[in-house]
Amino acid sequence: MSLHATHRDAGQVTVVDLSGRIVLGDGSALLRKTIRGLLEDQRKWILLNLADVDYIDSSGIGELVSGFTAVKNQSGDLKLLHLTKKVKDLLQITKLYTVFDVFTDEGTALRSFQ
Amino acid sequence: MALTTKHLEMTLETQVESVNLAEEMCLRVAKAAGFGEDDCYRIGMSVREGVINAFHYGNEERPEKKIHLAVDLTADKMIIHVVDEGIGFKLSDVPDPLLEENLLSTSGRGIFLMRAFMDEFDVLPGKTGGAEIVMSKKLPAAGSASPNGRGGQNATPQQEA
Repeated sequence: MSLHATHRDAGQVTVVDLSGRIVLGDGSALLRKTIRGLLEDQRKWILLNLADVDYIDSSGIGELVSGFTAVKNQSGDLKLLHLTKKVKDLLQITKLYTVFDVFTDEGTALRSFQ
Repeated sequence: MALTTKHLEMTLETQVESVNLAEEMCLRVAKAAGFGEDDCYRIGMSVREGVINAFHYGNEERPEKKIHLAVDLTADKMIIHVVDEGIGFKLSDVPDPLLEENLLSTSGRGIFLMRAFMDEFDVLPGKTGGAEIVMSKKLPAAGSASPNGRGGQNATPQQEA
């Protein structure tokens, strides 16, 4: 299943709803393009909704980290919402769960940007 | 479960599509061998990472080079070999992605994931000069395949943030 991405504005925060697999190839490339596009539009408060992402490989992890760093470099923030069990486990064993701010509730996540 | 060794091998092009192809092929073998859903996920991910490593680091994405994938199904385990046509590498030279200074690296987690998800993992010099990744997972006991499967012996304990 390829990756799909749509985004919506919630005040100053942009919520990116992702579905599919973030893996080497089109999936990672779409995530990169989406985040870079938002930054070009000065949308630097980004919440990635991963509720429908059940698979990420090392390339996808790299792209998440790359996006996180790019957003931080523009004094913005990138946070994660609704991790599936597999994605949460993956971020835990790679110790990235402590790097990203992770939320299980969208309202709480949005308020955390203020 | 068959008691005799079954052997499958295929030669893959050095291209992104080979990663999915290898994963799909090994998942079919793993499911047929009786692995549960979680173990199939770990095997599939490890095969992906092995082929990504061969594609990107071993063969340096050069299309004239090939990736050689082999699967052996023995009486007690599934063994996967991924061989590239690069210059080879030593495991001891691979940076630890869990070190603080490497946490925000955008690459270098493939080897770690294979080690974490499989029961046995090693990198050998390939017969033609590249690297040969060899990894295996013990077959589930007859009738014991469960959705939860098992973690690899090298699996890092999960931590709550």
